[in-house]
Amino acid sequence: MSEVLVVVEATKEFGVKKVTLEMLTLARELGTPSAVVLGGAGAAEALSGKLGEYGAEKIYAAEGDDIDGYLVAPKATVLAELVRRVQPAAVLLASAQEGKEIAARLAVKLDNGILTDVVGLDADGTATQVAFAGSTIVKAKVTKGLPLVTVRPNSVTPAPAAATPAIEQLTVSVTDTDKLATVIERVAEQKGSRPELTEAGVVVSGGRGVGNADNFKLVEELADLLGGAVGASRAAVDSGFYPHQFQVGQTGKTVSPQLYVALGISGAIQHRAGMQTSKTIVAVNKDGEAPIFELADFGVVGDLFKIVPQAAEEIRKRK
Amino acid sequence: MNIVVLVKQVPDSGADRNLRSDDNTVDRGSANNVINEMDEYAIEEALKIKEAHGGEVTILTMGPDRATESIRKALSMGPDKAVHVLDDALHGSCAVATSKVLAAALGQLNADLVICGAESTDGRVQVMPHMIAERLGVAALTGARKLTVDGATLTVERQTEEGYEVVTASTPAVVSVWDTINEPRYPSFKGIMAAKKKPVQTLSLAELGVAPAEVGFHGATSAVVEHTKRPPRSGGAKITDEGEGGVKLVEFLATEKFV
Repeated sequence: MSEVLVVVEATKEFGVKKVTLEMLTLARELGTPSAVVLGGAGAAEALSGKLGEYGAEKIYAAEGDDIDGYLVAPKATVLAELVRRVQPAAVLLASAQEGKEIAARLAVKLDNGILTDVVGLDADGTATQVAFAGSTIVKAKVTKGLPLVTVRPNSVTPAPAAATPAIEQLTVSVTDTDKLATVIERVAEQKGSRPELTEAGVVVSGGRGVGNADNFKLVEELADLLGGAVGASRAAVDSGFYPHQFQVGQTGKTVSPQLYVALGISGAIQHRAGMQTSKTIVAVNKDGEAPIFELADFGVVGDLFKIVPQAAEEIRKRK
Repeated sequence: MNIVVLVKQVPDSGADRNLRSDDNTVDRGSANNVINEMDEYAIEEALKIKEAHGGEVTILTMGPDRATESIRKALSMGPDKAVHVLDDALHGSCAVATSKVLAAALGQLNADLVICGAESTDGRVQVMPHMIAERLGVAALTGARKLTVDGATLTVERQTEEGYEVVTASTPAVVSVWDTINEPRYPSFKGIMAAKKKPVQTLSLAELGVAPAEVGFHGATSAVVEHTKRPPRSGGAKITDEGEGGVKLVEFLATEKFV
């Protein structure tokens, strides 16, 4: 079976991200998965255990400052060389900022089609995508070149399949044109141990109804009790209640968790665009006519400042 | 500084949007078409740079005839002129082909700085800035929430999953912006009137030196095989809190095995 390249998404803090395991799981349907680690020195070694656990038969690594010190262009150059050499059956990247950016450059370098935000992939390369804020399901194919797809987190359940991958270090020979955008500084501001928003199985979000930044503690408390991530509506972010990287919606993150809890969120199209493919939706809002109730599997009309603390208390009791 | 802002006309994301049943492309004919929201932030950023450092702001749009409305709307915010890439052969173009056309147009405009929205609300594909930069061999600073211009040096702060990065490059470069970067101005009455007289140059594929076979359906590198509307979600139980709302909520979560 031919190789399928999976470009690894990982963070220093959490290691291999769940979407990478999802991609390895998908890749096994198409061929033999090989993981590609593009990052700082020693990255592949640190990640190899987890990658092997989910079926990576081989790991290609391109590491060092030439890779890590610039925005995505060097990564795309290395990946393009690898694709030309091994002629994989498909290339999978995460449908997040960097994955899409590397894929974009790869598509131009190889004059190859690209499909983003893929939630399913058949053995023949047919990809399933969700379009227009979750209202339309699209089946699409790359018609020029190999299937180059970016996979949206929470699309498939990662399934382990033990392998013991060998690491092959790639020669990094990037051009001056690849080094035009220099990273001066990387600042980590991830709070605590909550799961990453797009990968979380549970997301608890607050909206304008939360009232102020301080009250977001209520949202955080419920998220922590449910082992989830915290999100915010655009109204809440625009009002300065919560940082922008947690914004869920048309102009923020798209999430698709098992459980989505909307607190004080009316459910404008802007917000629905980012969350309506969630499996189960629960809403608390004082306005019984709020459109969020049209989506919610369970809705409580009332004062969130009474309902949420009571719910938190009840969860603690049951634990 | 010579700044070009990429503007895309998209179907209003607040209304029902569809793919066409005949050729699987975005239905723009029956939609209420507007400027892609993120592009308004790109225009605002360009105008701020012009106000601080001088120069010229040009709008660049690829799209059908009706995109003219969005071009005039963009000009009413204050840019100096516009270029409209208009050619029947473009219908059905994929992202890879679109980047080829836009790069060809940018090649004629000698831009120091190309600014665009981080993504469009119709495709949300987010690939255009890097595709264009790759073709032009210039830097791409993407996803900016803050942009500083100091002579020919551009510095961008961009949100990442873990926090943020500070990234720098020299012009010429492509910068894409999120809606956190500024607050776009509303067009003034004077601006709306002035926009009617601003020059809008039309460029065809022939004028750009791009062969029709490289774009549209013929040149597409991907194709939609089929599409279906998802049935709309229907609301489930809705209760009114009478003192036990929190407990009832947890009872529901327990039946669904979340607690």
